[in-house]
Amino acid sequence: MLPLLNCPSINTAAAVKISTDFLTKYILPLLGIFAVLLIWTAVAGGVREEKTASGFTKKIKTGLIQDLPGPYETWVKTKKYIVQPFAKREELDQGILRFTWYSLIVVAKGYSIALIIGTPIGFMLGLSKVFTRMFDPIIQILRPVSPLAWMPLGVVLFMGAGKHANDLGALFTIAVCSMWPTVLNTAVGVRAVPQDYLNVAKVLKLSKWKTLWKVLVPATLPYMFTGYRLSLGIAWLVIVAVEMLTGRIGIGNFLWNEYNNGLYTSIILSILTIGFVGWALDRLMSLLESRFKSI
Amino acid sequence: MSFIEIKDASKGFGSPGNRTEVLRDINLTVERGEFVVIVGYSGSGKSTLINLLSGLVKPDAGTASIEGQVITEPGPDRGLVFQNYSLLPWLTVTENIALAVDEVFKDWSKEKRADHVAKYIAMVKLTPAANKLPKELSGGMRQRVSVARTLAIEPKVLLMDEPLSALDALTRAQLQDEIADIWLKNKTTVIWITNDPDEAILVADRVIPLLPTSPATLGESISVNIPRPRDRKLINHEPEFKRLRAHLITTLLDSKGKNKVKSSRKLSLPDILPEDLNNLHNMEFINRRGPKRRTDNQREEVEVLA
Ligand SMILES: Nc1ncnc2c1ncn2[C@@H]1O[C@H](COP(=O)(O)OP(=O)(O)OP(=O)(O)O)[C@@H](O)[C@H]1O
Ligand SMILES: [Mg+2]
Repeated sequence: MLPLLNCPSINTAAAVKISTDFLTKYILPLLGIFAVLLIWTAVAGGVREEKTASGFTKKIKTGLIQDLPGPYETWVKTKKYIVQPFAKREELDQGILRFTWYSLIVVAKGYSIALIIGTPIGFMLGLSKVFTRMFDPIIQILRPVSPLAWMPLGVVLFMGAGKHANDLGALFTIAVCSMWPTVLNTAVGVRAVPQDYLNVAKVLKLSKWKTLWKVLVPATLPYMFTGYRLSLGIAWLVIVAVEMLTGRIGIGNFLWNEYNNGLYTSIILSILTIGFVGWALDRLMSLLESRFKSI
Repeated sequence: MSFIEIKDASKGFGSPGNRTEVLRDINLTVERGEFVVIVGYSGSGKSTLINLLSGLVKPDAGTASIEGQVITEPGPDRGLVFQNYSLLPWLTVTENIALAVDEVFKDWSKEKRADHVAKYIAMVKLTPAANKLPKELSGGMRQRVSVARTLAIEPKVLLMDEPLSALDALTRAQLQDEIADIWLKNKTTVIWITNDPDEAILVADRVIPLLPTSPATLGESISVNIPRPRDRKLINHEPEFKRLRAHLITTLLDSKGKNKVKSSRKLSLPDILPEDLNNLHNMEFINRRGPKRRTDNQREEVEVLA
């Protein structure tokens, strides 16, 4: 402690530094959240009770957006989904994370299909000019198609599967929609492999197969993982739409049902949950991605 | 028939209409065990010339051959040390060399190959760094790995494309001595490219200037009859060294003067840089094909090991 006492100026400077760090890291985001809650409260609707002349109590809607529940109301009404996140009371009355879990399983399946199909397509696009010329236009046209448009086709494709048609259609939709970032990033990555590395392979006369696994794949990995991260984001976007359309149990389906039942607080809970899970998935993938970038 | 022969080879790049002829009427013979150095200005076509032998470049006219076989594609019988190291950044020193050894000596046992790799790592004095990634090594160490990788596949000829040009003067001197030592022990045929006349005379049996006419041609070869091992401190005072050096520089300068009359081709300073392995994946080379050039850099730091 003594040396510190001898130079108080450094000591306070350090303290100031720490407190600004603390401010930017924690206080500012909290302020932001607080501000949004405030605006939300301000615009949210409520109910005021009024005694009529005849002695009845009449409920009158108030507020700027009358049907939008405020933060407090949302918390009170959705508490049961949050405090018991994995409870299963009835088919349509389950904890919020249980619904999320159902959705995540479907996403995981569809996303895996996307990667398994998308990565090789990306490699072929990156490696072959002929392949690129042939399929690039089709890819550019299919890429912007909304999941809502793919879903019916998915179900039609698997009509033969009877009662599984919906499930398979859902997987198809997730896979098709989330595949593109993987395809395109992989292709860009393969094209960006420095010629020098390929020359090493040529001089050693590595076989095509060995060149692929020893040179191309490692050199492309960082790009592939960027694609994988973006693809996962899209897969998570798509699941909500898919569940609304098919009625599969899950977070998107929960949101839609509650909307139809007029329980608007659940909509807000669902949105927050979807957002939070999407953010967590993205963090997870960027951790993986940065591991490969550090090579 | 000589061991290595280039006969009347020419090479140009670009499509008709927008074409630059780089090399014309190249004739070169190299005998087994010879140490030949080719000196030339930057951008005059040195890499192109050596790649006629490595097989990465095909001549437009003429032929390049080794042991009477015309060279049509790259192969491990001609070990190429790349101008910019070209180590694979995701592999350690050992793995980089093992990739080459495992491919070339497929029929050896696993242990034999591992021993072989270790032997060459020791030869370039990198045993303590054997398990490091290229990005953890200095420029000189990277170049040693690159040399070891090429020596380890025991090629019939070593093709060295400016192996030391990207290094600082002190490291360069040290590596010149080390490589000359290794050569004295192995006596493999070496064709070494450089832009430094002193380096050329210090290491070579025979120096051939690549004259920067447009397109470039090879000049008269100059034999260096200075006994080995050559001591870089003493050699500076040797009359023979001084004479050869003056002769070589005059040859190069004279033909450059001629070149000025004939064409207005611009010659630039040494321009190629090794890949920066620290930020390899920052999308920088997405719009780039081929090596990084010094002219791309706004600022440059050169580290000198004291
Ligand atoms: N693949 C290529 N396509 C088009 N032009 C090329 C190609 N390779 C080389 N050139 C041109 O040929 C000329 C000679 O290039 P080369 O790399 O052989 O020179 P160099 O003597 O090795 O130069 P440096 O000292 O910079 O390595 C240059 O003008 C270069 O622009
Ligand atoms: Mg060169």
